[in-house]
Amino acid sequence: MEFLLPVLTFFPLLAALVLLLIPARAEGTLKNAALLLGLVEFALSIPLFTGFAPAVAGMQFLVDLDWIPLWGVSFKMGVDGISLFLVLLTTFLLPLTILGTWNAVEHKVKGYLILFFLLTTGMIGVFVSLDLFLFYVFWEITLIPMYFLIGIWGGPRRIYAAVKFFLFTMAGSVLMLIAILFVYWTTSVDGHHTFDLLLILEHFRASGSTQTWLFAAFALAFAIKVPMFPLHTWLPDAHVEAPTGGSVILAGVLLKMGTYGFLRFAMPMFPAGLKALLPLLIALCVIGILYGAWLSIAQSDVKKLVAYSSVSHLGFVMLGLFALTPEGVTGGILQMINHGISTGALFLAVGVIYERRHTRKIADFGGLAKVMPVYAVILSIVCLSSIGLPGTNGFTGEFLILLGAFKTQPWAAGISATGVIFAAVYILWMYQRVMFGPVTHEVNEKLKDLSAREFIVFLPLLVLIFWIGVYPDPFLERIGPAVEQILSTIRTS
Amino acid sequence: MEHADFALLLGLVPLFPLLGFLFNGLVGRRVPLALSGGVATLAIGASFVSSVLLFFRLTELEPAARHIVIDYGPWLHVGGLSLDWTLQLDPLSMLFALFVSGVATLIHLYSVGYMGDEPSYARYFAYLNLFCFSMLMLVLGGNYLVMFLGWEGVGLCSYLLIGFWFGDMEKAIAGKKAFVVNRIGDFGFLVAMFLMYAHFGSLEYGPLFAQFAGIPSGDWLPTAIALFLFIGATGKSAQIPLYVWLPDAMAGPTPVSALIHAATMVTAGVYMIARSHVIYTLAPTALAVVAVVGALTALFAATMGLAQNDIKKVLAYSTVSQLGYMFLGMGVGAYTAGLFHVVTHAFFKALLFLGSGAVIHAMHHVYHEVHDHSRDAQDMRNMGGLKKHLPITYWTFAVGTIAIAGFPPLSGFFSKDEILWKTWESGHAGLWVIGFLAAGLTSFYMFRLFFMTFHGSYRGKSGEEGHFKENPLTMTLPLMVLAVLAAIAGFWGLPHFLDFAHIGNRFDEFLAPVFHSGSDLHLRHMTAHHANVAMEWLLAGCSVAIAIVGLVLARRFYLQDTSLPGKIASRWSTLYRYVYNKWYVDELYETLVIRPMGAICDFLWKYFDMLVIDGLVNGLAQTCAAAGSGIRRLQGGSVAGYLTTMAVGAAALIGWVFYF
Repeated sequence: MEFLLPVLTFFPLLAALVLLLIPARAEGTLKNAALLLGLVEFALSIPLFTGFAPAVAGMQFLVDLDWIPLWGVSFKMGVDGISLFLVLLTTFLLPLTILGTWNAVEHKVKGYLILFFLLTTGMIGVFVSLDLFLFYVFWEITLIPMYFLIGIWGGPRRIYAAVKFFLFTMAGSVLMLIAILFVYWTTSVDGHHTFDLLLILEHFRASGSTQTWLFAAFALAFAIKVPMFPLHTWLPDAHVEAPTGGSVILAGVLLKMGTYGFLRFAMPMFPAGLKALLPLLIALCVIGILYGAWLSIAQSDVKKLVAYSSVSHLGFVMLGLFALTPEGVTGGILQMINHGISTGALFLAVGVIYERRHTRKIADFGGLAKVMPVYAVILSIVCLSSIGLPGTNGFTGEFLILLGAFKTQPWAAGISATGVIFAAVYILWMYQRVMFGPVTHEVNEKLKDLSAREFIVFLPLLVLIFWIGVYPDPFLERIGPAVEQILSTIRTS
Repeated sequence: MEHADFALLLGLVPLFPLLGFLFNGLVGRRVPLALSGGVATLAIGASFVSSVLLFFRLTELEPAARHIVIDYGPWLHVGGLSLDWTLQLDPLSMLFALFVSGVATLIHLYSVGYMGDEPSYARYFAYLNLFCFSMLMLVLGGNYLVMFLGWEGVGLCSYLLIGFWFGDMEKAIAGKKAFVVNRIGDFGFLVAMFLMYAHFGSLEYGPLFAQFAGIPSGDWLPTAIALFLFIGATGKSAQIPLYVWLPDAMAGPTPVSALIHAATMVTAGVYMIARSHVIYTLAPTALAVVAVVGALTALFAATMGLAQNDIKKVLAYSTVSQLGYMFLGMGVGAYTAGLFHVVTHAFFKALLFLGSGAVIHAMHHVYHEVHDHSRDAQDMRNMGGLKKHLPITYWTFAVGTIAIAGFPPLSGFFSKDEILWKTWESGHAGLWVIGFLAAGLTSFYMFRLFFMTFHGSYRGKSGEEGHFKENPLTMTLPLMVLAVLAAIAGFWGLPHFLDFAHIGNRFDEFLAPVFHSGSDLHLRHMTAHHANVAMEWLLAGCSVAIAIVGLVLARRFYLQDTSLPGKIASRWSTLYRYVYNKWYVDELYETLVIRPMGAICDFLWKYFDMLVIDGLVNGLAQTCAAAGSGIRRLQGGSVAGYLTTMAVGAAALIGWVFYF
């Protein structure tokens, strides 16, 4: 238990090495091994949930080793209620994505799978690192596998999309690195500089304007990742070009690195900066929510539609975090998980019809509900969770966010609440055009309904959709104390 | 304590249909039709039986003690927020649970016959059970969030059932329209909840309403909450300006129209106002808005019902109009009068819809027999003289028509008249006139429908008539039961001026504990008889008179001189065109809202997002690239060169680190 976090972080790396040893020709073996290793990773993460003490606000499963003592760099990891479920989401989506995209990749399967595991190491590392240096290393590591996943296994404009993704993120990261170094040089504990987040939170002091600059530097990196309006244009391109698995992980986990970064680093480290920029950030959230929804309405490509809907949904998440109320922040964290589940499921669902028809144009479908009844039911549930129908996960998250935001930002929350109308418009309209009416294209008449494999992939996602919708208590009681703590850090500083 | 067995029984009311839904949803396709329909009907029937048992248990209690809240577990607990899965049993929720599960049982039974030829039989019953579950959660919920779960749940089922035949794109579109328009209302509901939570820290009815005690009447907060809630009600209950989805909702199977779009779901808004009466009573402005919107909707929708030829469309506009009456009642503070109309309307409108379904079913059967599917089985111009072919349908339909038209002693007269009387009594003479006129129109369009369908001679092809046959018992039995209820339900809420036997207004008394506190309860009995009896007689006489006028005119136009409507239509052609096209409201929304919205979305995407934002991004990247090609000369491609640079850099960095 003591070294659970490093194990969870580096087991995927080990798994990647194992896959490296399997010959590229043995695709079946590779896939089976990858699935097995993914399941092992998920199994390893279960003690994280069962061993987590719900009432404890602080870090658990703490690991604190020296790494480069000379520079004040430590190998420090831990989870609290904020990161716990993000780690679990990552390990949960890993085997599911491997199984869900079993036949989606037709060439260079080996490289594809290896990159997935490398990516997982990076993502978990981001969520558990409590040292700015360590965090930054993992942050950058995630870039490379995703860059290749889009650039090699992507669609026709994959190079443009991959480069855009890479440059966008890099541009933000550079400023964050400078800010990290600034914090490092200005924080001194017993005469030593440190990258240790917990020590920095305790000892770092800076004037309001300095904090504003530092916050802005961090915020830029994170806002690009989220992405917040107007830094979002890399996302639709990346999603449209990325293979299904890439999209699932990108939307499911990678974007949460941005929202998580705000909450874990930027907000508690520079509360004065946060306060100075809050009106601007709130405005961007509201614009993002509506703008993302409106642009979703205009889309004719299913993946692009889901991509823009993510801009809207992530706007909700950020609004919850910036509400700075227990309800809002908790809702924001819950909604990160929910978005991972629902949008992950949406991308998998799009992948199902893409694999059959090799198109994502809405106009190429129509009337599928007759041909694929099981798929129709599953997609409808996923869609309903995405538009936040009560009883599904999407509602609990969105409701808490808006409820919490209304207490501190009533106008912003009120305007954002109209987002629930537009969400219904774009999702139901998409569903209608793809699933309802007569079958308009002859090729679609013989489409196969979900296979057993595909059904199994969706099953756990559906369970979570209803679980979090009806009985979110196991989640909320773990998230709650950590939220209270981070809010008091922000308030007292 | 005693509440423990309430907990079980109360929980079973929504649980039965939920189980029925799971059964039909998961395995329904693999079991025989009879089992599928049977389980669904039994599930809601069991729910009705539980409700009846609860009713007896509840009435055993002292009136003031008839308020039971049961907590079934946590839902959302965060910070100061604690929302549980609570159900609340009081006379108000009891009333709704009873008639919802009762009418639903009859309609399930009816559906067994009506949907007999439907390939997606199990899916239909799954949706129907899910609807019942949602509706019962809506009315039984102990806080606004549970109500909202039911609220959106019934909206979902409405969407699914309107678009039940989704292979027909028009029907799918009608379903989506219903959902989206309802979501506009739901937005209002959400904001109302945010306001309540932000200011009172609770959404549980009891603790929440208790905090309103100290707030002065007319304060902005209850007014704002009440108005936002009412936005929700206009969506769900199809009031101006959000009524437009309901007529299109007739695309669904007819039993669905009867259950969801007439008897139960559309009255959810009325329930919500009754449930929130503490708030509304403190918000006179909001009540005035409710009353005016209700009265206008009652009249406006009635005019639209005048010229429709689709039998279901007439009934749809009639429903919108009748819902308007209910809101008029709520708006003038006559909560029990509005609720009484909810109940009687549930009976007679369900009856009328099921009756129209019986007609449509029979017409389909005839068209099927003669292999002609070119004609519209719902168009009244194809009907006529069906009285002799469908006797049970005819007589039960007659009861429904007389009831809705407002002839005593059938139920509609009592409930509508009470609303109109209370409107007058509270000093809203103008609203009374509107309601009075709408009553005349109601009588006219209903008898128009009745005569066009059942009287005169059959307007189909000759020789077809022999193919008519009355529907099976599963369909006619619910008609007969509902006809009895529609006929006699009025006596439950007998107004005192007609109460010769001194039975008292049992309906009012039953609901009294909801709307009056303990001390108030006694006072009511003392003051109830001071009203102006002569005026009441006079107004009731007016109502009956205008109903007769409607009947006579309809008879003249559609039985005696059938060329008259055509003449009038050409005489006042512009007016007729407006009425026939439902005042072009749908077209207006299309032009003012939907198309501009679509254009804005498209513009933002194609021009703002792709050209401006992405243009800036790409422009920046190209500038960097151009600058980069200048710097490229530094990159000679020689590994040694790189290594040298790296070494120098590293040395400089290390030196810098140690220097500081």
